[in-house]
Amino acid sequence: MTVGLEHYLTVSALLFGLGLYAVLTRRNAVALLMGVELILNAANLNFVAFARYVDGGVDGHIVAAFVIVLAAAEAAVALAIVLAMFRNFGTVNVDTVNRLKR
Amino acid sequence: MSEHAILLTALAILLLPLLSYAVLFFFGKKLPRQGDWLGVSLLGVTWLLAVRIFAHFWAVGDPGLRIEGGVRWLDLGRFTADAGILVDGMTAIMLVVVTTVSLLVHLFSVGYMHGDRRYERFFAFLGFFTFSMLGIVLSNSLLFLYVFWELVGLASYLLIGFYFDKPSAAAANKKAFLTNRVGDFGFFTGILIFFTAYGTFNYFELFAAAHLSPLSGGLLTLAGVGLFMGCVGKSAQAPLHIWLPDAMEGPTPVSALIHAATMVAAGVYMVARLLPLFDPGSLLVVAYVGAITAFLGATIAVVKTDIKKSLAYSTISQLGYMVMAMGVGAASAGMFHLWTHAFFPALLFLGSGSVIHAVHTQEMPLMGGLRHKMPITFWTFLIATLAISGVPFFSGFYSKDAILAGALAFGMTKSHYVPFLLALIAAGLTAFYMFRMVFLTFMGKPRDEERHHHAHESPWTMTVPLVTLAVLAVVSSGWRGPSEGWFSRFVAPYDMERIVEQASGAAHAGEVHAVPAAAHGESVLPQEPHGEPAHAAATHEAPAHGEAPAHGEASAHGDAHDTHVRHTAHITAMILSILVAGLGILVSWLTYIRGRISAPSVLARLPRVHHVLQNMYFFDEFYAATIYRFTLWFSWLNGAFDRVVIDGIVNGMGYLTRSLSWFAGLADRYVVDGLVNGVGVVVQGAGEGFRRVQTGRVQSYLAYVCFSVLLLVFVFRAL
Repeated sequence: MTVGLEHYLTVSALLFGLGLYAVLTRRNAVALLMGVELILNAANLNFVAFARYVDGGVDGHIVAAFVIVLAAAEAAVALAIVLAMFRNFGTVNVDTVNRLKR
Repeated sequence: MSEHAILLTALAILLLPLLSYAVLFFFGKKLPRQGDWLGVSLLGVTWLLAVRIFAHFWAVGDPGLRIEGGVRWLDLGRFTADAGILVDGMTAIMLVVVTTVSLLVHLFSVGYMHGDRRYERFFAFLGFFTFSMLGIVLSNSLLFLYVFWELVGLASYLLIGFYFDKPSAAAANKKAFLTNRVGDFGFFTGILIFFTAYGTFNYFELFAAAHLSPLSGGLLTLAGVGLFMGCVGKSAQAPLHIWLPDAMEGPTPVSALIHAATMVAAGVYMVARLLPLFDPGSLLVVAYVGAITAFLGATIAVVKTDIKKSLAYSTISQLGYMVMAMGVGAASAGMFHLWTHAFFPALLFLGSGSVIHAVHTQEMPLMGGLRHKMPITFWTFLIATLAISGVPFFSGFYSKDAILAGALAFGMTKSHYVPFLLALIAAGLTAFYMFRMVFLTFMGKPRDEERHHHAHESPWTMTVPLVTLAVLAVVSSGWRGPSEGWFSRFVAPYDMERIVEQASGAAHAGEVHAVPAAAHGESVLPQEPHGEPAHAAATHEAPAHGEAPAHGEASAHGDAHDTHVRHTAHITAMILSILVAGLGILVSWLTYIRGRISAPSVLARLPRVHHVLQNMYFFDEFYAATIYRFTLWFSWLNGAFDRVVIDGIVNGMGYLTRSLSWFAGLADRYVVDGLVNGVGVVVQGAGEGFRRVQTGRVQSYLAYVCFSVLLLVFVFRAL
């Protein structure tokens, strides 16, 4: 069995679905971030797969590299926010942190 | 005097008293002596002018001479009315009567009203009355006759109620005014019938028109009775006489001027002036009403103890004579009696005023023996009494005799003897009660020493008019009857053929009336010259004795038979009238001086009669029981109608409006407010609903986003 574009896209879709599920259902801010990472990775996988099978260029790779950088930056900022949140509210549950001031 | 001068003089006579009124009314308080000298002197000038006109007509001696002038007063399309002055013999007589009595009353009032709080107002009102009365006399059309007619009514109202703070005076003037309204209603109806039929108000145009084409059916009688109703009201004829005795509430000079000599004679003058407009039917009514009034007045005067009330009923009785004279076709005799009567009742009233002034009471039983205290008043009063009683050689004898002769002739030719009999009885009663008055007041012993002691003769301003009037009461008639003496120079039955001829002549000449004068803006212009003394001299010689029936009925065949009847009537009436007058005086003398007849025992024998007379035939009670009650009931009915129907409609409208408002309120509350609130509720509900979406949970938003994207994908795929 040869591995085709469909397989990549299927994996990517599963990844996206799992990430989205985590983002929508988890209450824990850290788990939420992890879901976001999954979604980003699913997107990255798509970029690379399309670059390999459809485009033939390097554009997809470049975009994927940017996305990884962006994800790193995002994780850094997001974790800082989560840290500040925890320090202020004493919890990382996003449902209980529903106002801007205490 | 030229005609123009006569008209100007007449105008001045009319306007001078008005000037007196205006000046005294507005400035009286500021003038020295409150302006009484102004009123008296203006009246003096008026009197001189009146005498001047009188002298002119005396010189001309043609009763048919008439001078008319006027201006167009109203011009309303097809309706036009002229304001004009008419001067003829009858006018000249009336001018002298009115101004003479008015002047003497002015003079008398200077003494009588001295010190009154509203002294100047009294003279102002006297001037106003004189003006109105002269207006009646000088007017040449029914319209202005009516206007001035109402003005004298007003003046009478003001003067009767001069002491308006006295409730009885206030009631009396109201009564006089309202009673006169009843008569004036008929008067106005009569005027309107004639105007509708002939289209003019002018006397002589009406006469000519009515002569040429008389109104058909009963309309002429109806109109005549209507005109006569005005006379019934103003001249206090039964059954509208009830206001006159009450009118004595006014100051005594007013009673003398208005309610004895002039205003009450206005009704008689009116009938005499408009005689051609009365048909035999209405004249019969006039004759009977006059005779009944003469009788009623005389009988009531017999039992009255109040000197002024007694004189008031005496006046009613005398007015009845004049009116009856009009009805029986002795119009000149009636006018003659008006002329002589003007002086002696004025004298009687002024004399009674002098007495009242002295003893401060009007009750004759409290007087007596005043003869020595007040000689001038006594002698003048006695002369007036002789005159009114019809003693020969005094003025009243000639006029009353002529009237009785006319009544008898009427009875003989028409078989209506009742007026004559009533008048004859009244003549006897007149002599009786007038002498009773003299005996009770001036003769015998004083019955109230206190009052008698304080009594004194009045000042000269009061006695001079008395003496003047006494002289006039003797000589005013001359010593011959109205149709052969000097009076025939002034008053004679209308010469209808001449009037018709003049009317048609004037019509042929172009404009009938003063239209050209008005067009050129001239105020007074003489017209219709028709004074031909030579031609007239023949006319007034014609009736030998008594009167030619003035309504022209028997004029055509005024043959030997009629002359004979009138001659017989004249002799018979004269003898009878002297007899009844002598009898009256004799009975009075026996009763009150000799004491042969005891008045109380006679009255005790006839309690019913006394009761009826003392209560004046229950006229007031009759009206109270019928007209007043009906009026009150009708007012109550109207009130009830007002309360039930009108108020019902108004309240119903209110209720309806309220109900409608209630419905409108309901609609407002539920529909309009419902819409407004509904919008609110919808918005609020929508807000409630959509609030659920805005959870504040980022994850649910994200879920919506994803769902939406998926939805969009499917939508676009489907497209």
